[in-house]
Amino acid sequence: MRKREKLDQLAISGSLTPWQEVRYAISKDNRALIGLAFIAILVFIAIFAEFIAPYGMREQNLQNVLQAPTLQHWLGTDDLGRDVLSRIIFGTRTSLVIGVSAVSIALAIGGVLGLVSGYFKGIIDILIMRVSDVLLAIPSILLAIAIVASFGSGMFNMIVAIAIGNIAIFARIIRSSVMTVTERQFIEASHALGSSHFRILTKHILPNVLSPIIVQSSLGIAFAILAAAGLGFIGLGLEASVAEWGLMLSSGRAYIRTQTYLTIYPGLAIMLTILAFNMLGDGIRDAFDPKMRDR
Amino acid sequence: MSLLEVRELQTYFDTRRGVVKAVDGISFTLESGKGLGIVGESGSGKSQTAMSIIQLFQHNQRIAGGSIMFDGRQISDYTDSQLEAIRGNEISIIFQEPMSSLNPVFTVSKQLCEVLITHQNMSSEDAKAKAYEMLKAVKIDQPERVLKSYPHQLSGGMSQRVMIAMALSCNPKLLIADEPTTALDVIIQAEILKLMNELKEKLNTAILFITHDLGVVSKMVDNVVVMHGGKIVESAPVKVLFKSAKHPYTKRLIAAFLKTDIRRANEGETLDFFEAENDQYDFQQFRDRGVADDDFYQVSAGHMIACRLKKK
Repeated sequence: MRKREKLDQLAISGSLTPWQEVRYAISKDNRALIGLAFIAILVFIAIFAEFIAPYGMREQNLQNVLQAPTLQHWLGTDDLGRDVLSRIIFGTRTSLVIGVSAVSIALAIGGVLGLVSGYFKGIIDILIMRVSDVLLAIPSILLAIAIVASFGSGMFNMIVAIAIGNIAIFARIIRSSVMTVTERQFIEASHALGSSHFRILTKHILPNVLSPIIVQSSLGIAFAILAAAGLGFIGLGLEASVAEWGLMLSSGRAYIRTQTYLTIYPGLAIMLTILAFNMLGDGIRDAFDPKMRDR
Repeated sequence: MSLLEVRELQTYFDTRRGVVKAVDGISFTLESGKGLGIVGESGSGKSQTAMSIIQLFQHNQRIAGGSIMFDGRQISDYTDSQLEAIRGNEISIIFQEPMSSLNPVFTVSKQLCEVLITHQNMSSEDAKAKAYEMLKAVKIDQPERVLKSYPHQLSGGMSQRVMIAMALSCNPKLLIADEPTTALDVIIQAEILKLMNELKEKLNTAILFITHDLGVVSKMVDNVVVMHGGKIVESAPVKVLFKSAKHPYTKRLIAAFLKTDIRRANEGETLDFFEAENDQYDFQQFRDRGVADDDFYQVSAGHMIACRLKKK
């Protein structure tokens, strides 16, 4: 408690470092904290899925096909007698892996493109932005479908497909922030002090555009998980034996009138996960924005 | 040999509507350890002259002609990486807005050390010690606290002191001060100017002082160049300029400055301003036609004026 009071004092007197201030703002934001807690639980589940899940991912119990929730199978079993709860737990891992790696790829490529085009402007900027205009003109789910359809399904292709849809979005957002920062005088001052372009980009501009990057990453993960589920649902995702929420929805669809739990629980998992990432993303955005922070 | 020798410098902007001649054929020299002031109204090209020296350019800006000799080297021909070695090391610059010249996400210590580590190859320990020393040299109380501070925790005057410390930390031969006190109040302004004067004596740094404030110029420099429309209108030792400015533009500039000084105004300085309005130097015309021909007329040693006045 002591520490908390001291932190309050520091925050009021304005002597926190910028990062401390953001952390402080998040610690005061219940919405962001709930999102963060839920994501922490998801990460824990994803890492220790083997130990948490009561049954294996592919384990079938053919005597108990399409069984309603019981003490033995808390969320029931599907048409092949697989435990729904276990598959949702393993699905957490699939979803998080896809979400995080798709966003990482998109961020790495889109980030570099955005930095370069926002900083150097001119012909490079025009080229990069026109290409990203083309990418943005195609609905990203359609783009992902096209890529998966032509290169085949599978985890890797799915991640790449979702990442490509996100590259242009990241490039756009980072470019605009870089442009604002580049106009500021400390960038000119650091040119005047003899810093090279590379140094200015990495040491001075990048730290100043981190906030939109973090916010967009958090929201981007939510989007990627949804896209993966969408691809799974229309049958362009992973092979049927892998546990994936979208896939579970789509295979449960045939039984939606009789065995509702087959679609409700994976649907809930998707919804709650995306809600958590969005809540965290909004919370971080507000924390970085001093105008929102003081409300 | 002079420390800085600018010859017929032309700096142009290529815009969609054509070429803008921000600096159009100006020449001046600056000896080491001396001060040179460039004065003129907004848009006269004084800042662009300074930026041209270390080529801190917008992407559509270029040196169109002329040469810049610094310390015996023709730096107007240097490549980017050669310039990077000079910027902040041999030639430093301080800007008008001290508050926005510091990166908001790093502490003062980190930013001061960065310069030292880049240019002097210091270890981070040495750099920290030197940073502390520099803050003391610019007369900051409690240097330890300021080193740990972020820019938003400093006042304008403190930030400018930090900027001066940063600019001088590599012992530059030339310091370019681009309106360094414009954003500060008069008391802080006086302190900063005094400090710069002291450091100039101590470190034997030449100062190129860019300002529109003639009062500041009188305290800081030995020679003054008056610019208008990208050209030099008049250049003279500072005392000569104040006593016997010849060019009508300079007279107007001085008159405008002295208007606040009631005693001097009554002595007829402002009268000159109105008189000039009636003769061939009609102010509107003055602007429309550009300032003067490129030929200069020498009034006395070191006192040159753009020669349109000679025709009078």
